[in-house]
Amino acid sequence: MTSLTPLWEVFIRPRNGLHHKHVGSLHAADAQLAIQSARDVYTRRGEGNSIWVVPSAQITASDPSSGKEMFDPADDKVYRHPTFYDIPDEVGHM
Amino acid sequence: MTASDDLFNALLQIADDQLILSHRVSEWTGHAPMLEEDLGLSNLALDLLGQARALYAYAGEVEGKGRTEDDLAFLRLEGEYLNCLLVERPNGDFAHTILRQLYFAAFMHPFWQWVAANSSDEILRGIAGKAEKEMAYHVRHCGEWVVRLGDGTDESAARMKAAVNGLHHYTDELFQGSPAITACAAQNTLPEPESLRAGWTATIGNIFAQALLEVPEVAYPQTGGRIGEHGEDMGHLLAELQYMQRAYPDMSW
Repeated sequence: MTSLTPLWEVFIRPRNGLHHKHVGSLHAADAQLAIQSARDVYTRRGEGNSIWVVPSAQITASDPSSGKEMFDPADDKVYRHPTFYDIPDEVGHM
Repeated sequence: MTASDDLFNALLQIADDQLILSHRVSEWTGHAPMLEEDLGLSNLALDLLGQARALYAYAGEVEGKGRTEDDLAFLRLEGEYLNCLLVERPNGDFAHTILRQLYFAAFMHPFWQWVAANSSDEILRGIAGKAEKEMAYHVRHCGEWVVRLGDGTDESAARMKAAVNGLHHYTDELFQGSPAITACAAQNTLPEPESLRAGWTATIGNIFAQALLEVPEVAYPQTGGRIGEHGEDMGHLLAELQYMQRAYPDMSW
């Protein structure tokens, strides 16, 4: 069954102008059926107006076991956040 | 027969088709072959139920005897239901269910298109505007499945062929008129079902060609539902559909 219906990742765009956001995954025989299932599973309550599906096998993911070397070094580099600038009041909310 | 009697009977016939098929499809909820399709089938059933509700409510209004949508849906006898035999057919396997849905939706989609564009009845045009989109999706969803199952594995192709042989002789009844429908067609309220046959045949022919299925010749079409003569399965369906209202009259929650 699973070999006939591989896994797909589903991305939904809630409104025009926003970006597609990952909402979950599902099994489907091909891309067209994956779109239909995504519609039935993930847009029942008006969640979006556009769907992308991507074969999960096509996604290359970072290795969780190397998470420390990948991400921990960024923890103590607060100067990379643009929080040390004085923003003039006239600019308003950024 | 007054004009409102005709409209009432015509509305009842259309509403019964939607209700009975909705009930059949809802029987899959929790039992579909995969979670994705479980939700998909439940969605299809809910679309039909919504259409049935709107039609029954309007029928009750037209009748003018104070009957509500619930009275019409739950408190009639088997012989008073005017749905075609196709929609009461048991679910069988997934191939049967999805093909039955395709046969029906390929008829209802152009039906609602006609109503939305041409009907002299404003309320029906309103119902059709929503229903037309829903049925377009049913055709698409079920059509995609029929193509994949018909042109799939040996097993799926055999099941799809069995479904065609088991159901095709029920499709002719979709195009059978009734005095009420003909009267409504004369008023430009509803389409004459026969006028939708060419479109239906083209839709089914196109999908079957992709699905490597043959459209069978039907020597003896099965009919009777439109005059209240139903198959054995209809009684079982109604026993379940009407149980709560029969056991606890006027119950609500």
